[in-house]
Amino acid sequence: MLLGRVVGAMVPCVICEGLEGTPMLVVQPLDMAGSPTGRTLVAADSTRMAGPGELVYYEGGREAALALDPAFVPVDHAIVGIVDELHLPEREAAP
Amino acid sequence: MILGRVAGAIHSTINHPFYDAKKLLVVEKTDPEGLPTGDYLIAVDVVGAGVGERVLVLDEGNGARQVLSSSDGPVRSVVVGIIDHVDLTRQAS
Repeated sequence: MLLGRVVGAMVPCVICEGLEGTPMLVVQPLDMAGSPTGRTLVAADSTRMAGPGELVYYEGGREAALALDPAFVPVDHAIVGIVDELHLPEREAAP
Repeated sequence: MILGRVAGAIHSTINHPFYDAKKLLVVEKTDPEGLPTGDYLIAVDVVGAGVGERVLVLDEGNGARQVLSSSDGPVRSVVVGIIDHVDLTRQAS
């Protein structure tokens, strides 16, 4: 899993069977320090509670679809949790 | 499996039900010498690793689900060991 920042939502007008109603959010991948890295991606939101601006963690690959119900759906990234607190003690100690 | 070093932890209340009561660690990937490669991942901890420890991370879905006794959990990365030391035999260059 990796950290990401939700930067928007994607609203489909037609979507594959099994994905109806699944929130699709635009996610900016982050590095460990919270800085944007790489290109944005679209992830299905298995928590159904994430929104723009939130720090989330997401799974990629085959495991992403397993986060959804039904699980046999064409999805390659899925948000599985919203971060309350990111605790990096060594980085907090640094100036 | 990959070598890493625990950099921190993630606390979360809103998550997929599979992750309820699971400890998530932020692991920075390292080379065999222990130097950070600049990459990282978030993994479930099953061995009780803490910040600063060098760890062994399984980054494959089926093995991860087996370790966590789940058939359909959306998980790929699990911290499966704490490294004591790594012995390397260097080839003469």
